[in-house]
Amino acid sequence: MSTIDLPAWAAIPASILLIIGGSLALIGSIGLLKLPSFYMRMHSPSMGNTLGAGCVLVASMLVSSALLHRPVFHEVLITLFMVMTAPVSATLIMRGAIYRTRVNAERQRRHTDVES
Amino acid sequence: MSVQVIFESAAWYAQMCFVLAMVFAAVRLVRGPGAQDRVLALDALYVNGMLTLLMLGVRSTSTVYFDMALLIALFAFVGSMALTKFLLRGEVIEP
Amino acid sequence: MNRFPILLAILLFIMWLLLNNSVAPGHVVLGAVLAFFVARASHRMRPLQPRVRRLQRAVPLAGAVLIDIVRSNVAVARVVLGLTGGRKPTPGFISLPLDLRDPHGLAILAMILTATPGTVWVDLSADSSKLTLHVLDLQDEMQWVHTIKQRYERPLMEIFE
Repeated sequence: MSTIDLPAWAAIPASILLIIGGSLALIGSIGLLKLPSFYMRMHSPSMGNTLGAGCVLVASMLVSSALLHRPVFHEVLITLFMVMTAPVSATLIMRGAIYRTRVNAERQRRHTDVES
Repeated sequence: MSVQVIFESAAWYAQMCFVLAMVFAAVRLVRGPGAQDRVLALDALYVNGMLTLLMLGVRSTSTVYFDMALLIALFAFVGSMALTKFLLRGEVIEP
Repeated sequence: MNRFPILLAILLFIMWLLLNNSVAPGHVVLGAVLAFFVARASHRMRPLQPRVRRLQRAVPLAGAVLIDIVRSNVAVARVVLGLTGGRKPTPGFISLPLDLRDPHGLAILAMILTATPGTVWVDLSADSSKLTLHVLDLQDEMQWVHTIKQRYERPLMEIFE
């Protein structure tokens, strides 16, 4: 990696934001791995999706603005896109999961009915 | 210890966090007991991959990675939609 | 129905400039032309137009949502890392009655609730009067209902109805 000449007013907040964002995404994934049931696991990646991604995008905006000596805003697009799409996919995954658990329970019941 | 060193180590730490998060999501993707766990893990994998690419862009001060990150975010949404359609209906493209 | 969607056109124009990351005259002209035609073509696909009454109420709502996102991130992180003081988290579904009827307000409420870690919007009954939510750490159901109705639903009703 090339050496970056960042002024301190951009580097310090960007570092703090990057550390917070990285830790949040990591904790979210740990939750995805170790929480016991699906409905609990559902909640943990949304930490990385919202605040984790937000922190990294703001840090990225700070760094590129400081490097190019003019405000750079195009990371706002990814933020906007994430804000609009992440809830939609989370809700639909939840509905899919509820439908699946119901169908599986019915199938199991029918199966035991046939066997007995 | 200068400001540059602090910033570069923070960026390195964040990138390692996202890579580890991708690894955890991949483990859940392989292990996950139900189809819904796998869909959720794939979604998390996509998001963390996008953030890893953004971190590469921040560390190498290049703007090429931004477009890739935007594309990955788009594909994450489309892929999750298709897979939830599969969860709800059992197939993606209905006759 | 036949009103030109000026807000959509402005948003598309800003998005085009952001995507190209420049305000060169060529991009401005091309963006304006594209925004005009895309907005005109696409507003027939969704004839339902939002009616915004009091937009100034959206600013405190956005602030409250930001604070709640930070707060619930901390709460979910504590549950994941097992720092809840030995108490087991109790996930569960809650259902609450809604008074909000405007479809755009309901869409924004769904986005707020799902973007906040710890709560996921599950279902809405067909006449949009009963909402089902899944909460990661459900301790006091009445308190959740009260918080959601006071903090989110009332400002949204003021904005859209």
